[in-house]
Amino acid sequence: MFLKLESRGEANRNMVYLTPVLAVILTLITGFFLFLAMGHDPFEALYTFFIYPISNSYGISELLVKATPIILCAIGLSMGFRANVWNIGAEGQLTLGAIFGGTVALMFYEQEGWYIIPLMMVAGVVGGALWAAIPAFLKTRFNANEILVSLMLTYVAFQLLSYLVHGPLRDPDGYNFPESRLFSDSAIVPILWEGTRFHVGGLFALLAVVAGWLMISRHLIGFQIRVIGMAPMAASYAGFSEKKLIWFTLLLSGGLAGLAGMFEVSGPVGQLVPSISPGYGFTAIIVAFLGRLHPVGIMMAGLLVALTYLGGESGQITLGLPEAVTGVFQGMLLFYLLASDVLIKYRVVPNFGTAKS
Amino acid sequence: MDLFVAIMVNVAAASTPLVFAAMGELVVEKSGVLNLGVEGMMLMGAIAGFAAGYASGSMLIGIIVAGIAGGLLALLFGFLTQHLLANQVATGLALTIFGIGISAMVGHSFVGISLDPIAKGIPFLEDIPVIGKLFFGHDILVYASFVMTALVFYFLYKTRAGLILRAVGTNHDAAHSIGYSVIKIRYMAIVFGGAMAGIGGAYLSMAVNPMWVEEMTAGRGWIALALVVFATWRPGRVLVGAYLFGGISILQLNLQAMGVTIAPQLLAMLPYLVTIAVLVIISRDSGLMKKHAPACLGKIFHASS
Repeated sequence: MFLKLESRGEANRNMVYLTPVLAVILTLITGFFLFLAMGHDPFEALYTFFIYPISNSYGISELLVKATPIILCAIGLSMGFRANVWNIGAEGQLTLGAIFGGTVALMFYEQEGWYIIPLMMVAGVVGGALWAAIPAFLKTRFNANEILVSLMLTYVAFQLLSYLVHGPLRDPDGYNFPESRLFSDSAIVPILWEGTRFHVGGLFALLAVVAGWLMISRHLIGFQIRVIGMAPMAASYAGFSEKKLIWFTLLLSGGLAGLAGMFEVSGPVGQLVPSISPGYGFTAIIVAFLGRLHPVGIMMAGLLVALTYLGGESGQITLGLPEAVTGVFQGMLLFYLLASDVLIKYRVVPNFGTAKS
Repeated sequence: MDLFVAIMVNVAAASTPLVFAAMGELVVEKSGVLNLGVEGMMLMGAIAGFAAGYASGSMLIGIIVAGIAGGLLALLFGFLTQHLLANQVATGLALTIFGIGISAMVGHSFVGISLDPIAKGIPFLEDIPVIGKLFFGHDILVYASFVMTALVFYFLYKTRAGLILRAVGTNHDAAHSIGYSVIKIRYMAIVFGGAMAGIGGAYLSMAVNPMWVEEMTAGRGWIALALVVFATWRPGRVLVGAYLFGGISILQLNLQAMGVTIAPQLLAMLPYLVTIAVLVIISRDSGLMKKHAPACLGKIFHASS
């Protein structure tokens, strides 16, 4: 190796904010060559992917629609990641939120009432939090790895949703299609932007950003989360309960993912179907890292990554690209971010073959 | 009897991808590295093996290419975690997300094509009455997975190189100070793990269900990770665990075929719920975990020279 890493002594603050930008640039450059290799005009492909989708106001509204569930999930996950609690089952918690919220909507089918949507929201939060309570309980009581448990439960959640839309919650007049009834108007979240699909869920995502910011900067529990993540020993000397934080971060992230799921079925989807999210819960993991586990960063990263979904759709329609290109871009983004993060703590210096010690 | 033999052949087919993937991850974790990207590497192997097998018409080439594809993706993981000192949990997750995406992209043009499955049965031996089909009615990779288990056991516990690998996983600073190249050893383990995951994935797309379906691993990479914990990092137990899971997933399918009145979706939850259950049973004994888990698992190593 001609280069080696030298410790900077302390983390470089500028690099903390520069590396996400660097990762985006490197992803775009790689995307350029990827499209070239696939036989497309790379400029045209990148334009189709990243600029065309948001070149009109409807595109912007769709960006907000997609960013809403991603940001809601990522805010919750970031709190856990800060405390070294690895909930990667947000997709499952989102699905449970959709099931709970959707069930309430179907219970009040063809009924009127201002209370229906708030009730659905509560149900969504409870559903997601209950699903996240399982890894929390198994982690605190039996020391079972929360990564594997929360992920396994995601597959269970998919099967549960599939069972419900094939069975108990199937539309009785739906010619046996695995779908629930379309929700009544009273169970559809209000639209914020006339003529688009952007709904009040966006406000709640914004609220989560502000609340998350206040929590980590002003509240004791935010301080505890930061300390336990950085110095677990110090945290235990200070009397912070690790178990309590595991419960708190999992219930919080599960609840927010559940709320995101409820908004999806009550907003853009409008009924329960076998597949509710194109992987928002997993994408939120990338967004949490790209946003530096900070609520404001997550908001910006959420908008950026939501663009990859729109770009995937637009690339599919215009250029006939497989939709999976979205996942490739998301994976690359996270790779480049993790790779460039080395610059935060280390500087790259030439290696003049000094003797090994 | 015929039904029993048929079921056992299916159990072996369902277990073999788990044996390969988990055996690879076992070696990786023994060297002190936690690679959560098994699912992604399996998918890469599944599509690469399928594509190469389809293009060349040779199963062997398919399997080799699958191993290379898995190993290459693992190499990326190695570079990020060993040279750039990235967080292993985050990098492993990135590997899975990337693997899902790139396999789906490459596989786009292979959807709807089917392949002749890898041939089952050893000539002559499988004609032996009673035991013939049971012991000799499988495809070559089933036997290879047993050989691999034995090799991994022999390597880890009977060779000097295996001892060094375990030492690196137990205390990387000590291993470094007596002159072993921690990073080089870990790289080799990581690439081996990736190749094994790739072969496990290719077994799915070439033998179990010889076609390409997006995300066809359906969480088996994660089950393989759970198996390593369940087996408390011992090769023999990984094999037993893999067959336990293979057995459950075949049982679940057979219950459906026998017309059990439980909804198929609820039965399909079974392998995932059993995974959680065994994780809980093993993990609650923290003394057992401490005794067997590689002490440096997941920790970043940077020689401050």
